[in-house]
Amino acid sequence: MDAQISVRDIVKVYPNGVVANKKVSLDIQEKTIHAIVGENGAGKTTLTKILFGLELPQEGEIFVKGKKVHFRSPIDAIKMGIGMVHQHFMLAENLTVFENLILGIEPTKFKIFLDKKTAKEKILKYIEKYKIDIPLEKKIKELPIGVKQRVEIFKALLRDVDILILDEPTAVLTPQEAEVLFESLRELKNQGETIIFISHKLKEIKAIADVITIMRDGRVISTNSNEELTQHDIARLMVGREVSFERVEEPKEIGKVVLTVKNLTYTNSERIKVLKNINFEVREGEIVGIAGVEGNGQTELVELITGLKTPTEGEIRLFDENISGKSVREIRTRGLVHIPEDRMKNGVAEKAKLKENLISDRYYKPPFSNKGALNYNYIDSEANRLVKDFNIITQSIENPVSSLSGGNIQKVIVTRELSSNPKVIIASQPARGIDVGSEELVHNFIKEARDKKCAVLLVSADLDEILKLSTRVLVIYNGEIVKSFNEVSTLRAEDLGPYMLGVKRGD
Amino acid sequence: MEKFVLKYFNLIRTIIAILIGFAVSVLILVIVSTSSIESIKYLFLGPFMSVSRIGNIVELATPIIFCGIAIAIPFQASQFNVGAEGTFFISAAFGTAFALIIQKLNLPGFIYIVLVLTFATLFGGFWGFIPGYLKARFKANMVVLTLMLNYAAYFLSIYLINYHFRDKSAGFLTSYRLPENIFLKQFVPNTRIHIGFLIAIASVFIAYYFLYHTTLGYEIRMVGFNFHFAKYSGIDVFKVIVLSSVIGGLFAGLGGMAEVMGIHRRFLWQSLPGYGWDGVVVAIIGKNNPILIMFASLFLAYLRIGGRVLNLLSDVPFEMVGVIESIIILLITAEAFLENVKYRITVKEAEKEVFKNGSLS
Ligand SMILES: Nc1ncnc2c1ncn2[C@@H]1O[C@H](COP(=O)(O)OP(=O)(O)OP(=O)(O)O)[C@@H](O)[C@H]1O
Ligand SMILES: [Mg+2]
Repeated sequence: MDAQISVRDIVKVYPNGVVANKKVSLDIQEKTIHAIVGENGAGKTTLTKILFGLELPQEGEIFVKGKKVHFRSPIDAIKMGIGMVHQHFMLAENLTVFENLILGIEPTKFKIFLDKKTAKEKILKYIEKYKIDIPLEKKIKELPIGVKQRVEIFKALLRDVDILILDEPTAVLTPQEAEVLFESLRELKNQGETIIFISHKLKEIKAIADVITIMRDGRVISTNSNEELTQHDIARLMVGREVSFERVEEPKEIGKVVLTVKNLTYTNSERIKVLKNINFEVREGEIVGIAGVEGNGQTELVELITGLKTPTEGEIRLFDENISGKSVREIRTRGLVHIPEDRMKNGVAEKAKLKENLISDRYYKPPFSNKGALNYNYIDSEANRLVKDFNIITQSIENPVSSLSGGNIQKVIVTRELSSNPKVIIASQPARGIDVGSEELVHNFIKEARDKKCAVLLVSADLDEILKLSTRVLVIYNGEIVKSFNEVSTLRAEDLGPYMLGVKRGD
Repeated sequence: MEKFVLKYFNLIRTIIAILIGFAVSVLILVIVSTSSIESIKYLFLGPFMSVSRIGNIVELATPIIFCGIAIAIPFQASQFNVGAEGTFFISAAFGTAFALIIQKLNLPGFIYIVLVLTFATLFGGFWGFIPGYLKARFKANMVVLTLMLNYAAYFLSIYLINYHFRDKSAGFLTSYRLPENIFLKQFVPNTRIHIGFLIAIASVFIAYYFLYHTTLGYEIRMVGFNFHFAKYSGIDVFKVIVLSSVIGGLFAGLGGMAEVMGIHRRFLWQSLPGYGWDGVVVAIIGKNNPILIMFASLFLAYLRIGGRVLNLLSDVPFEMVGVIESIIILLITAEAFLENVKYRITVKEAEKEVFKNGSLS
């Protein structure tokens, strides 16, 4: 049997000396969905970037459709019929969705003029076909992250490729959205496409993959067909120990109300009411989950609570004090921390050093600084401690964050936010893109914070995460809380679905 | 050996870039000059051939260092404030006016000097505040703003000096001469190297410390790296945008007045002297790091003096000197230059580590 893609002994060394792929060999068969899983920093993204011509390997050979190839840039890869959906989006923020979609494949009239009509027709046809809902005329920078993800996927589908690489495409999608995507992927497979799929969600892997390759520390450690492995097997092979997917135990004691959102309304710059009269409370020692399809107002809700935006109407009370209109600093000093939904935009300064990223919320406090002078001795020792405690994989705290793998960047943010003894945690999908082992770690940290009487608001499109951690669940749809569930232990994802999609409404 | 190369890679790269730049310049001189050996000597060794020429390098580097810092601080916050040119100029003009006005008080020299320098520095800060505030408040475009303000600074200064402080007894347009006791001492015989140079060096270290060792410096750099991140972390972005411009302005203002007090002893510019633009160049070469900026300024000054000597003593046209200068700067600023050499060494080193004895470790 001839493999669609074969890689042989790929070695990749990054300019900083990290060896991300240590003689990786792999065969990917035609018409299969081939999943690659592995811990954060295992080298998955690196391998796919090499297959897409974004990174050049130092050693090794690649064969596509039986032909030996030397990709110098993605253009070479695209010519060979390869398309890729990136872990961190590669969209032009200032252009509209439509412009982004046709970038590079503009159909032209007489080879000069942009033929918008033909382009649009094609796009509409594909929207119909794949049932992907995207606002064509909006600018990318105005979109919530889940919608950006849809655009990124759609862009790849539009290219009519026959090998499609997807690097964590579902990290910010709801199960419903993911299911639609999977339908499309299966359909594509039946039409003869080969798909490489990376995800940390083992359920998804089990649901869709034909073949599963596990990577660890830059090497392929096994390749099996899906039937040969259980979810637990995969987890164990990946991290080298048992991993629990069980729901956390119920909180022992729930205290007084800490965070109150009262009649909260927000109208955005386009005069759209994105939040309508929201009311809820979060108490000490409980985790309130907000479930919803991305783009239903949760982004704005979090930005309002954390001080990044000011409400149009209504109140946000923290410890019996109205905090709407207060600055981010003022809110943070009251003990509120924030794990943002868009890690690259808000969560880190990529080009700054890792240690500088770890102190961004506390650099002005002693002993991090005294009278305006930074205390690097203390900063370095703290940064090293955090890196160790939270198992962030990096060579040094002096390296820029951009040299970390996606999951490790997420860990940097989680580490910083959870290490300051918070009283209130606002977390948008805190385990996004984190491997199962570290996910357990992150969830444990949140649970421990809860047990230390912290109030937690968990916003997530990942229902497994919501159902695993939450004490109560609220469902948000179209800017409104449409349903609340007080009993979560018996709740199933299917129960939430209809509310999230606006099919059903609660009382 | 390879580890050594990696460690000092940036320095080695710069040196190689300079050497290549020199080689290209030599080539050009061989082509355009009839006595090329002489010309080459003038260009490269000319600046070191006498004490007074070495002095010229330092004198010229002084205002460039100030302006380099003035540019680097807002640049670190990703604020493309190119107002150093105007700030330098107007602070010198108003500083001169101030010095002339308070001359009557007959202050003791030291106090007089400190007072005037402080005034000019603060004036620079004020002039930097204008674009900083407008940018922060109205999201105006920084480059356009500061370019316009450079014009405003120019005309305002010329008006002030020509209409109110003009020395009519001088044969040209200039302000009155400053009193002797406010001169910054020129302390190296046969040169005009003055105390201002020492102030510039001190400024370099102050600015360095400020950027990398203070909380405000940290805030400036984080805003520069990612402004969304800074906001999210609780940094007051408004304050940072304003202050980075103000603080840059302080250094430009100080530099402008020091130049007047150390070299000219009166305000005699009738056009913008261009130090602000040199400041942009050295800030870019020095990657906005004050210490590197200091070296870059000295180097730029060396090139300029070499060019001056060449222009003076040889048949090489002045324009050629400019070409040579830009080639050298281009090579130094080319980020990617030699990058793959570094990469190859890194790869070899890393592979040695991972695949010891040729087998997988
Ligand atoms: N641009 C880069 N420069 C230097 N090192 C890098 C760079 N990108 C990745 N690395 C390093 O290479 C290793 C593999 O990273 P990679 O992104 O391939 O991991 P991954 O398996 O995709 O992880 P994740 O699940 O977290 O996305 C990591 O140790 C990472 O720190
Ligand atoms: Mg990755």
